[in-house]
Amino acid sequence: MKKLLVVLVLLVTSFSFSQNRNAKASLDVDGVCQMCKERIEKASIKAKGVKFADWNVETHELKLIYNQKKTNLDAIKKSIVAVGHDVSDMKATDEAYNSVHKCCRYRDEAIKENHRTGKME
Amino acid sequence: MKYLFFILFFSVSFLSFSQEEIKGTIFEKNESNKSLPLLGANVYWLNTEIGTVTDFDGNFSLPYKDTYKQIVVSYVGFKTDTIAVKNPSKPITHSLTPTSSLDEIKVISRKQATSRSYLDSQNTMNVSSDELLKAACCNLSESFETNPSIDVNFADAISGTRQIKMLGLTSPYILIAMENIPTVRGAAQAYGLTFTPGTWVESIQITKGAGSVVNGYESIAGQINAELQKPTKDDNLFLNLYGASSQRLELNAHYNTQVSEKWSTGIYVHGNTHQEKHDVNDDGFLDMPLYNQINVMNRWQYTDNENGFVGFLNVRFLDDYKQTGEVNFDPDTDKLTTNAWGSEIETQRYDLSGKLGYVNPDLPWQNLGVQFAFSNHQQDSYFGLRQYDIEHTSVYSNFIYSSIISDSRHNIKTGVSFTYDNYDELVETTNYERIDNSVGAFFEYQFDNLEKLNLTAGARIDNHNRLGLFVTPRFHMRYTPWAKSAFRASFGRGKRSANIFAENQNLFSTARNINIIASDEGDIYGLEPEIAWNYGVSYLQGFNLFGQKGDIAFDFYRTDFTNQVVVDWENPNAISFYNLENDSFANSFQTELNYNILKGLDTRLAYKYYNVKTKYLTGEKIKPLTAQHRFFANASYATPIKNNSRWKFDVTYNWLGKQRFPSTVGNPANYQRPEYSPEVNTVNAQVTKVFSPKFEVYAGGENITNVRQRKPILGTDNPFGSNFDSTFVYGPIYGSLYYIGLRYRIK
Repeated sequence: MKKLLVVLVLLVTSFSFSQNRNAKASLDVDGVCQMCKERIEKASIKAKGVKFADWNVETHELKLIYNQKKTNLDAIKKSIVAVGHDVSDMKATDEAYNSVHKCCRYRDEAIKENHRTGKME
Repeated sequence: MKYLFFILFFSVSFLSFSQEEIKGTIFEKNESNKSLPLLGANVYWLNTEIGTVTDFDGNFSLPYKDTYKQIVVSYVGFKTDTIAVKNPSKPITHSLTPTSSLDEIKVISRKQATSRSYLDSQNTMNVSSDELLKAACCNLSESFETNPSIDVNFADAISGTRQIKMLGLTSPYILIAMENIPTVRGAAQAYGLTFTPGTWVESIQITKGAGSVVNGYESIAGQINAELQKPTKDDNLFLNLYGASSQRLELNAHYNTQVSEKWSTGIYVHGNTHQEKHDVNDDGFLDMPLYNQINVMNRWQYTDNENGFVGFLNVRFLDDYKQTGEVNFDPDTDKLTTNAWGSEIETQRYDLSGKLGYVNPDLPWQNLGVQFAFSNHQQDSYFGLRQYDIEHTSVYSNFIYSSIISDSRHNIKTGVSFTYDNYDELVETTNYERIDNSVGAFFEYQFDNLEKLNLTAGARIDNHNRLGLFVTPRFHMRYTPWAKSAFRASFGRGKRSANIFAENQNLFSTARNINIIASDEGDIYGLEPEIAWNYGVSYLQGFNLFGQKGDIAFDFYRTDFTNQVVVDWENPNAISFYNLENDSFANSFQTELNYNILKGLDTRLAYKYYNVKTKYLTGEKIKPLTAQHRFFANASYATPIKNNSRWKFDVTYNWLGKQRFPSTVGNPANYQRPEYSPEVNTVNAQVTKVFSPKFEVYAGGENITNVRQRKPILGTDNPFGSNFDSTFVYGPIYGSLYYIGLRYRIK
């Protein structure tokens, strides 16, 4: 049974690795809270070719798995800045930034402070 | 408001720079006693808005006035401290204690004991171990007493067995699983819930409606899954002792340990005994059986996070003995004689089950799971002169693969399952033997738009040697039009073979003749399988009122039987089983309000309306012994923790409306029952004193107002006569009962 399982696992994984359909990337995306997390992940997933997105509130690291045949990192970054979040080397426009919820204004020191000290969740 | 506060906060701290200052440094307390400065800790004068935040090196400076005496230091994840300032010129150094090294009770107290998901597409309630502690006793069948979605009532006046109902349908229509492996089924249907001790259960998930296709085709009214304690999460050592005024004694002991880096194991032992004869109502029959049970489980858990494997292996053994009947019955001399009416039920059960799960560390959405379970259940019993033996050997296996289509909004689950059941029954003098087996494949698609909508659509196709080749579709969806709300809708089909004797063992404690009206194509005791569709809608709304949280829920479910095995009790001299098509239904409406009135005080109110009708050969009737109206109230209060200790109080009130008795018109006048039972009101209460995270004592009462059904058994004057019947039970038989118990644990 275990052997069968291993064979199956190998089959499945080798199948998905044979083409560069599951490229991995890690981006630094600015944000402060769970609402930001939802927004960042949603924007990533909704971008064409992105299969998986997980953003960490503490480290600001966005882990991505995407299909290189359908998209590239630049396109993904664009969809993230479009919803108002700065990516390491790409800034969101003021207009996009202002569209995020008040409590998510990650460029504002006071708001960052509130999140850090637990005055905002 | 928060904004305003901050502007104030900042302007005040800027304005006051000209004044005298006090300086200090904040550190983090840790086990290695290293001095780690804490960045970003809040420091402010008590009862003022004058404060600051520590810098990178943990340093801060605060304006000082001689009216300021105490500084408050706080930081998320740390315990808040208040420091008295005596000499403002001296720099302050202070270390904060991380909350993780504090009592875990603090975290638990913030969690709701029972919670409904706002996100899941299925109408699922999660019952945590906190809720299970509210009903201090003792096994799974008793643990639903604080949950209004499930009704608990006595099956008969003899065996003391509790029966559960959901949406007005009895437990055979509910898929009851342990860690997603269907367990309480077949031979275990009547007493199976009493074979899982309450302390072994970590949490319970109750799903109303059709449920997922992954665990099989049998569920009709809903699914109940109990997660057992895990060796890596449970206490190292756990002890529970319980004693009740009825002289029921219970003992639970858990021992968990890590064996190697990847393997952990736990041993769980349960014993209960009750050897005192009670006959409060003076009818010559015991109010509750004499019994004892030994139940042992050994779990092995394998965890390999690096490679993404997690597995469980369980071995379980159960030995249960019950004796009941007339007070003067002695099994040694009176067994299967007419000296006195008595009954003995002996059950032995072995379980072996395993699970292996694999999560691809590279592709987190991909996982594989294998479940395997083998069990052997043997019950030898007699009730008066009627003998009933059953041996049930069962194999269950399920292989599940989950992944995504295009991206993680589209999830799929697919797999195959195989089941085998061998039944060998002796019903009085007739032998029934049968083998059931099935092979099935399932596919479930889950869509989540990450906002307002998610849905689960599944189907399975099974090939069963008796049920044939059939498709089971199930569908669930959730829509959230505004904040804190969830509209849900579901429909699904279920199909099952009715094990008429195992599921209706209370028939043996009657003088009724067994009458099976066979169908032409019936293959299971001459009967056809049961088929039903379940439809449901529900609405959940969370709210904040006076700064406290609450939620209100409404749900309506309808079960339509396409083909039902009717259990007909309407002739007092017989019990009949027959198939009826397209005529029976069960409607259930429930509304529930949960509100946290004050900090620590939770209340729950529920009202339920059932309209369950069965078309008998003699015409359509309301299902017997099912209250149409039910009201439920529960309040629990926990005091704040002081010096590691606290009090917890819990009260539950139940009101059951009148219940229809099966017809007794054919009986002589003194053996007749009225058409309806009286209403029933019961109150349970419990107090727990937590002395420390390690030790707590609880005491409580069940049925405090001492409500009793005066004459639960019909024909006690002649138990071997034609009017003997113990199934007319609508309320408690034994009056109030008090208990005391203790729990001791070492993490």
